[in-house]
Amino acid sequence: MNRRQIWLTLITLTLFALVPPLTSIFGQPFYVDLMARIMIFALAAISLDFILGHGGMVSFGHAAYMGIGAYTVGIFSYYGIDNGFIQFPLAIAAAALIGLIFGALSLRTSGVYFIMITLAFAQMLYFLAISLEEFGGDDGMAASRSKFAGLIDLNDSNQFYYLVLACLALMLFILHRLVQSRFGMVIRACRTNEKRMQALGFQTYRYKLTAFVIAASMCGLSGALFANLNEFVSPDAMHWTRSGEIMIMVIMGGIGTLIGPVLGATGFLLLEEYLPEWMEMFMTDAGEHWAIVMGPILIVIVLFGRGGIHALFARKWLARGNGHG
Amino acid sequence: MDPLLLLEQAFNGLQFGVMLFLIAAGLTLVFGIMDLVNLAHGSLVMIGAYLATALVAWTDSFLLGMLLALPATFAVGVLVEVIALRTLYRRDHLDQVLATFGLILFFNEVVRIVWGPISLYSGLPSYLSGHVEIIPGVPYPVFRLVIIAVGLLVAGIIYGIVAHTRLGMLIRAGASNNEMVGALGVNIKSLFTLVFALGAVFAGLAGMMLGPLTSVEPGMGEPLLILAFVIIIIGGIGSIRGAFIAAIVVGMVDTVGRVFLPVLLRAFVSDAAADTAGPALASMLIYILMAAILVVRPRGLFPARTG
Amino acid sequence: MVEPVLRMEGLCKSFGSLIATDDLHLDIAQGEIHAIIGPNGAGKTTLVAQISGELRPDRGRISFAGREITRLSVAARSALGLARSFQITSIFPDFTALDNVALAVQAHAGHSFRFWRPAHGDAALRQPAGEVLERIGLGARANEPAANLSHGEQRQLEIAMALATEPSLLLLDEPMAGMGRDESARMVALLQSVKGRLTIVLIEHDMDAVFALADRITVLVYGRAIATGRPEEIRANAAVRAAYLGTENASLDSAADANA
Repeated sequence: MNRRQIWLTLITLTLFALVPPLTSIFGQPFYVDLMARIMIFALAAISLDFILGHGGMVSFGHAAYMGIGAYTVGIFSYYGIDNGFIQFPLAIAAAALIGLIFGALSLRTSGVYFIMITLAFAQMLYFLAISLEEFGGDDGMAASRSKFAGLIDLNDSNQFYYLVLACLALMLFILHRLVQSRFGMVIRACRTNEKRMQALGFQTYRYKLTAFVIAASMCGLSGALFANLNEFVSPDAMHWTRSGEIMIMVIMGGIGTLIGPVLGATGFLLLEEYLPEWMEMFMTDAGEHWAIVMGPILIVIVLFGRGGIHALFARKWLARGNGHG
Repeated sequence: MDPLLLLEQAFNGLQFGVMLFLIAAGLTLVFGIMDLVNLAHGSLVMIGAYLATALVAWTDSFLLGMLLALPATFAVGVLVEVIALRTLYRRDHLDQVLATFGLILFFNEVVRIVWGPISLYSGLPSYLSGHVEIIPGVPYPVFRLVIIAVGLLVAGIIYGIVAHTRLGMLIRAGASNNEMVGALGVNIKSLFTLVFALGAVFAGLAGMMLGPLTSVEPGMGEPLLILAFVIIIIGGIGSIRGAFIAAIVVGMVDTVGRVFLPVLLRAFVSDAAADTAGPALASMLIYILMAAILVVRPRGLFPARTG
Repeated sequence: MVEPVLRMEGLCKSFGSLIATDDLHLDIAQGEIHAIIGPNGAGKTTLVAQISGELRPDRGRISFAGREITRLSVAARSALGLARSFQITSIFPDFTALDNVALAVQAHAGHSFRFWRPAHGDAALRQPAGEVLERIGLGARANEPAANLSHGEQRQLEIAMALATEPSLLLLDEPMAGMGRDESARMVALLQSVKGRLTIVLIEHDMDAVFALADRITVLVYGRAIATGRPEEIRANAAVRAAYLGTENASLDSAADANA
């Protein structure tokens, strides 16, 4: 990662940090929740980008780990345990465990098989959640906000916001280190040429599986936060279209760029929020059909938008000075 | 366990299986030959169902409407391939996944605009809505039998095409080695269009027959698409034979499992526990099956690709 | 005779009706450069794949440094000291030349489950990698992205990566592929410079290079070793001359002339 990316990351995080004071000045507290939502998805997206962008593993079931994180919080909450110090570590551990099982099986294959299998496993969890009547089945279940006794109060939306921001910043830092470590070099090289890595003597399967588990556990954290944001958990969190959306955020933002997926999550969720409104300006009632515009936008991004939002910034803004530093 | 119920469920499983085969057949060929991950294949199921419903209403004849819907779906298939998918063949799988995901959003919304967001229920003509006794004492819906018959017939036709025609020879060559087809001096572009459109027709046919059984609604093809993926994983990419066997197995296991797994579990655990775990386990059954096969045969039961 | 480094006994591999390796027996002696030549379709690529571990033979056994490796994975064989280069240049184009070699050093510097320290500042990797690059003549290009290197330099880098794993046996799959005359000559010099320190199995089409380098040569035809011997023995072998018709024959002759 070069200096340009570090600057872009710091600027983005600073802007995020300014959201709560700004919204209170302008009297628009609604934006705090929207931006918290964006950062939670950004967390899921950077975790996916770690294996997708750096590791070349096209996992199409990432929402499953978000769902596991969310359900862990929800189920504890259902049984009256709302201690976040218990909920959060176990949400991460549960996502890591499922990631280990699914990853161990999926990574035996590659290419199209890998895409389809990760998707199928995620869908299995989705159907499992639907069949669990005890936990609301199809309709989902309520989840109260986690309690971190004496530390922070998540019922305060600003405090919740800064917890999410802190998690995002921490995970970005961890991934930044991870990508450049010996482990990260192995993962990145596997993306380019796994066969060569094996010939060099690397047991690539173990490294890829470890990366997969790391990504799953980070995504589990985002799920735990997601349950807190909505105070609600439902199978929809694991629906395969959700996996697709997280993947789109990664691509929209710029694959393998660390901060890119954060920008991508921002772009995607803002579009989802405002595209209907913009469409209403042209035609009454057009807003409900926003997907008819969103679909082609996606296709255009895929076909012509190599590098995503990140590349846009990198070219237009910070192109001066250090190129690949 | 009631053997008559088991028989009835086995028929339901067979019916579900042939339906899944129709969807998986096109998908596995498109994977195998064009190396294209097409998520929008499920949309073709939906489009087939909507076109059939509309054409049945327009012609006021069930049979005529269905027959007209086939070439209409073929035309949609050709359009989709020429306009959208052709540019994707040379892209990596990630791009294909995303672009076809975009197509799904688009198609679902088009359908919502044209036909509205509410589910449509298309009735059956009287000659198809009755029951016959498959064996004395077991009445079975005629339409489901028709689905099984049509499905098996089409499976036979697909097998015939792939095994015995020049088109089939090209398809098999393409599935095992892409470059070979080009070397044979065949117009690849039109071959791809034809294969894709045929796959669209099979998927559309599944949608048409599904309409009267359930309801016709936006996004109806997507759960089926993922089942078709499971089938292709089990059967092996590009293999029609694999797709057929896997489809029947998945259809049977899923249908029969949902009915009998809770009953079976009661023999081992308490009724309450069985009632909770039964449906949960049943919904996971085919995926567990997939995982098990994957452990033994990572490339599926009948991998077509050699390299 | 001393115990061979690499021994193949009764190796068989077929694909359907095509027999790619046919009851092959071959011993590679410690410290020699052993070339394996043969016309296209002789089964050279399949043999490389079996030695490196990508393919399992249908029958027969392979032992390396006195240990049977027939069922070991690619990575496990590499860990034992069996390194290879690829016919199609297999480097990491996004990484610099130094990164490429450092990765190879890393492969044999214990496990890589090290998550925190940046690999770029790791002298334990960079220093040996730099030394290998110097030795191979790419020292000046160390910080250049591998994609920017010329074809010949990339082939050199490929060898450097194999050498950096400190192997006892180097399996070179057509190292001169696609090279011009000058580049080939440089590669021959390079291989000569490492000669003796490790054992090399050389698969190569360039007969000039083969006759310049090899201590012994094995000729493969239809998966069978029809002859094994010193270069002059191979040159004089009637069966070999019969197998090499047309242009290949010419190149065998010209190589003979060049070395005469």
